[in-house]
Parts: sequence; structure tokens; C-alpha cells
Amino acid sequence: MSMLAKTVGRTFFQAAAVRALHVSAAVNGAECYNANRTTCTLVPGDGVGPELVYSLQEVFKAANVPVDFEAFFLSEINPVLSAKLEDVVASIRKNKVCIKGILATPDYSNEGELQTLNMKLRTELDLYANVVHVRSLPGVKTRHDNIDTVIIREQTEGEYSALEHESVPGIVECLKIVTAKKSMRIAKFAFDYATKNNRKKVTAVHKANIMKLGDGLFLKSCEEVSKLYPRIELDKMIVDNTTMQMVSNPNQFDVMVTPNLYGAIVDNLASGLVGGAGVVAGASYSADAVVFEPGARHIFAQAVGKNVANPTAMLMCGTKMLRHINLPTYSEVIQNAINQVLKDGKVRTKDLGGQSTTQDFTRAIIANLH
Amino acid sequence: MAARFIQKILQQLGFQAAPESTSLAGATIKAKVNTKPTATRGYASGARKVTLIPGDGIGPEISAAVQKIFTAASVPIEWEAVDVTPVRGPDGKFGIPQAAIDSVNTNKIGLKGPLMTPVGKGHRSLNLALRKEFNLYANVRPCRSLEGYKTLYDDVDVVTIRENTEGEYSGIEHEIVDGVVQSIKLITEEASMRVADYAFQYAKNNNRKKVTVVHKANIMRMSDGLFLRCVRDTAKKYPEIQFEERYLDTVCLNMVQNPGKYDVLVMPNLYGDILSDMCAGLVGGLGLTPSGNMGLNGALFESVHGTAPDIAGKDLANPTALLLSAVMMLRHMELNSYADKIERAAFETIKESKYLTGDLGGKAKCSEFTNEICAKL
Repeated sequence: MSMLAKTVGRTFFQAAAVRALHVSAAVNGAECYNANRTTCTLVPGDGVGPELVYSLQEVFKAANVPVDFEAFFLSEINPVLSAKLEDVVASIRKNKVCIKGILATPDYSNEGELQTLNMKLRTELDLYANVVHVRSLPGVKTRHDNIDTVIIREQTEGEYSALEHESVPGIVECLKIVTAKKSMRIAKFAFDYATKNNRKKVTAVHKANIMKLGDGLFLKSCEEVSKLYPRIELDKMIVDNTTMQMVSNPNQFDVMVTPNLYGAIVDNLASGLVGGAGVVAGASYSADAVVFEPGARHIFAQAVGKNVANPTAMLMCGTKMLRHINLPTYSEVIQNAINQVLKDGKVRTKDLGGQSTTQDFTRAIIANLH
Repeated sequence: MAARFIQKILQQLGFQAAPESTSLAGATIKAKVNTKPTATRGYASGARKVTLIPGDGIGPEISAAVQKIFTAASVPIEWEAVDVTPVRGPDGKFGIPQAAIDSVNTNKIGLKGPLMTPVGKGHRSLNLALRKEFNLYANVRPCRSLEGYKTLYDDVDVVTIRENTEGEYSGIEHEIVDGVVQSIKLITEEASMRVADYAFQYAKNNNRKKVTVVHKANIMRMSDGLFLRCVRDTAKKYPEIQFEERYLDTVCLNMVQNPGKYDVLVMPNLYGDILSDMCAGLVGGLGLTPSGNMGLNGALFESVHGTAPDIAGKDLANPTALLLSAVMMLRHMELNSYADKIERAAFETIKESKYLTGDLGGKAKCSEFTNEICAKL
């Protein structure tokens, strides 16, 4: 906590200094500028990731954002070209912030490993909490309006344990691990988030009626933690009912806390409700690093190289990152530009019913940076 | 689960005792795994018996409504209503009356209304008992947008087929040390093949174009991988049906954006549980969606909504889900002409919106709705 305060304090100071410098940058030259810049690890990912990241870099350049990227091409499906996981992890540990596209996870691994690269990265950095803020965007017409839900997902255990074995041929066991420690940790994170952001209710999503011990433990942990937060209501909902409620009445949800797999389901479902994978940003937190990545994880392989992907989610990862490193002014400028372009509705990518290209959209954003 | 296991062991022992009859024994196993409807064998007399479990709460009313409509359509079946109120058995434990179990075992086909599951009363739930008796391995839920009842999603026409015996719901869990729980998701080739075969069979019999397998083999590489492989292998046997593989995430995302992308979905237990309820949500909830359970020893059709004790006995309930389940049952019994007739009448009644029950925004009573359907037959 004290560390966080220190970082926040430092970056705030930096930000103020940068803004002051910003006006007279041309006079002062680049070298003293550098001292006040933040370095951020950048993992473009697979599929359309590199195109989206390029869009983000263009926008950052145009807005004169004092952030430098340390780029690593990390990929499980291109093992030859991929950077070493250790290097990426070391860079994120050092920079404490990272922007990441989506890594493709094939159904098999070249080394016959069960763990995916994504899992390894998350385990290595202990990125335990994934936060996806799903919000209806201005100008994006969907079936439901005014959706404003935060989905907090545990992502270091549960179904994604990668512990599987074939006991005898044709019979496979897959272990789902739930621990009290990690369940308490994510519950606390959710309640802290709710407190900090003035939220009223936390909904714990589970299937404890069937998995009495596993999901039961998760639910019990949520109940226990909720006792420490008397002002925030705890609601419990079975996962199948949650999905049904979500498609018919999504406005009833405030903050949701879920185990790993249910989180993936709810994230995608909710993203679909507000316009798809191209418009929802997310972030994965560990105790001291944050990885900003799109909220619904799709590589959109069929669009690679076609210049049609929607960079909104990636740009919003960028604005979230800027807010996190305490450059709120830059964040606002870019976010306002995004909102303006979406609201005008003249430049739209294919997923939102338009014909514009990724590049057109990026240019429109840049034109709206004021 | 245990019963099946013992059966299997006995069979195996049988092979050992008489090794010369292996080919014959192989044939019996094949017959057992056969997924064709068991109720198709012809009976000499026209009317076939069907076990009816009216259920609790609104169950009796909606069952009566279904019976009335079936009589009006002169469907050649005979109902055998059974009571499933738990009774104390000879061992002193509460359980389902033997008469009910015998009835479903002889008739091989049943229709069930909603049942109240008393929490912690110490008796086995009826659903579980029936699942075991019938070996119900696949749950089928067609979800279709109804004309006349507008939801935010149009043109939904999806069938979810869910493996119902294993997967995440295997019930094998333990606490290794304090605060560390391990739940086992069990995927077997036998069960996966069985449900895959059923899904393609269903698609073929119901003139469906496409089967999508929903999986997460990128994360659960062995278990979902096995399931995926089984469905993939089965798909080769049905070249006339289009086949695609989709990740669970993708299906969740696309389903709410464009439900028309999907046709028949086949998946393991948990995903099926979640997606079937979600699809029901797209078309207006569980009160409108039928459900069928296919088994080795019979089939059971049911409405999956609750017992709605607040409106029970007031003639306000909506019998649509149970009626459509009964229609599914008729198709399963290959009484298609009756099924089509009843289904058409029900859809028209809803489309006209003159006699809609309260849950669909109307003011009609259950009996008025029923009479209107009867009049349209």
C-alpha cells in the first residue's frame, strides 16, 4: 500500500512536470523530456494485435503522450519469433505497467505442455485479478442501454489449473482447484474495488449447488469477506441464472466477482451486449503490476492484415493505463476523442456496422484530439 | 453412476466366464449404446402409455392443460399419472414410490412438470433418481423466438445438446488440506461419443443444417480435447451436416450479438447448462422453452421452470413450456403429424396475442389459453 502511495506520488509529480514542460518542449529539447517519461512494456499479441497496437502508438504519438514502449513479440503459435517469457516478465516487473494484445492459445502445444503461454505469464507475475468494466458506449447502438458493470475474475486457479491426466485410455480427469486463500484475495479485491468506486453491490457468481465443495469454498470466502464491508451488499447468483439474467436484464448488475471460467463466460457475454470484443477494455492486476488488455479475448484471426479491426478496446486500454500512471489529462483527451468519434458515427469499423478501416478510425481519433 | 459401473463390471466378468461368446457380447454392448429412440418399436394396440408426473405448484394445472389439448387433438397415447411424493421405504429412508419408478421403467417415456426440491430433507432428488433409472445422457433444449412475444433478440432458433452424466458435474470433490479443494471434471470417450452421435442424429432427423461443438480445448487441452476429438470423429460420419468448432468464449460473445449464427450446439455438461439457460433468456425465459432428456432406457420430457407457488391453483400459469415439451415427446415417438398440429395451434395462439397469460404480458387465464389452442386444432 505504502509502495503504491509512493508510486502514485512520484508519477503525479512527473505528470505535473511533464505538462509544464509540454508547452515548451520544442525549446528545451528531447533530452530533459526523457527524464520524465514513463516506460511501458508492450506485447502486441497475435491476430490483429499488432495492427491495434500500431493504432494506439499513432494516437499516443499524436497526443504527445510521454510514454515509451518496450515492445516484445510474445506468441505461442509463433514460437520461433517469440521473445522469451523471462524477458517479458522481467520487463513488466521493472516497468510495472504493460499493454498487451491477445495471445492465441492453440489446442495443442509444440512441447506437449498443458499450460498456455497466457497462463504462464499470469502465474509468473501473479496477475490474479482481471477487471473488465463493461459499459454502454455513446453512439454504439445495442439491444440494451446504460449497461455499467464491472466483472472481477480470479485468473490464477480454478479450471485453468492445467492439471489433467488420462487415467486409462478414453477417461480424462481435469482438476479444478479452489483455495480459500485465493478466493479470499479476489473477494477482498472486489469489495475494495466497490468501495473505492462507490459501487453498491457485489454479485458472487458460482455453481455451489452442484460443486458443493469447490464453488462452495469460493462462496464462503466471499461471504466472509463481505462481513468486513457492511456498506456493500453481497448478492449470490448461480452462473446459469446469471447468464439468463444478463441477456434479459443486464442493468441489475453492479460489481461481479467470479471464479476463473465463469468470469470468461460473463466477460464475453457482457462484451457482446455492449458492442463486441472490439470495444471493451480490461486489466489484470497483481500486487504490484498491471497488464492492460482487451476485455474479451479474441485474436480475430480472420481479419489479420485486412485493416478492418476496431481499435477502440486497445485505445481504451491505453487511456486506462494513462490514468493508472497518473496522466489523467492525456487519458481524458484521448477518451474524449474516442467518445466523440463514436458519437458522431461517421467513422465506424465493420463490427459497429460501418465501412471504415482501422486506419480511418485512428485518423478520426487523432483529428479529434483537442 | 455406480449402477452403470457395476453393470459394466458384471459384463466384463461375463466375458471372462464365456470367452467364446465375445462377439455376441460385443453386439449387446453396441445395442446398449445405440442412441436411436427406444420408444419407436411398434405396439399392437394404437395407444401407447406415457408416464405423467404432474409435479408441484402450478404443475397439476399445466399438466391438465396439456392433457386437455392432447385429448382435443385425439393423440393416440394413454397417460399414466404417477405420484412422486416421497414415501418411507422399507429401509426407513424417504424416497420415490416404487410404483412411479416401475411406471417409467415399463413405459420408457415420461412427461414431467416442475418439482419442488426440498432442501436438506434427506431424500434423493427425483431428478437424480430418474436420471439414473433412465440413464439420461443427453439434454436437448430447442430455443426458438416466438412470434407474438417480442424480446430484444429476433430469429433465435438454436438447439443446445448437453452431455448430462459427467464433466464438471461428476460430483467428485475433496478438500485436500484445509482451504484447498479439488473438483474433478471427468470426460470419457464413451459418454462423449454417445452425445456426439445423438447430436448429429438429432440434426439429421430434424432437418438441421449445422452442428457446432462448443469447447475450451485451448485451456483444458486433454479433457475438452478428448470431447472435441470425439465430436470431430463423429462429424465425419455425417457428411451432409455442416460441422464447426467454436470456443465457449466466442459462442457467448456471438450468441448475444447474432444468435442466427448458430443451429445445433453440442457441448459438455457445464457449458451446456450455462448456454441452454442463456438461450432460454434470449427468447423470453424458461416458461417458453421445452426440454427433453434422452437416455439409454427411455426418455423424459419436462418443463424446466420453477413451481411458482405464488400463482399455483389460480389458473394463471402458462403451460407453454410443458406443452412444447410434450410436442417434443410426440416427435420422439414419431407421431409427427400430431406434434405439428399441436405446435402450430400453440404458436398461432401466441402470435394472435389475444389469449396470453400474465407472464407474456396478457390477461388470459391458463384455461382460456388452453381452450383457444384446442379451438385451433
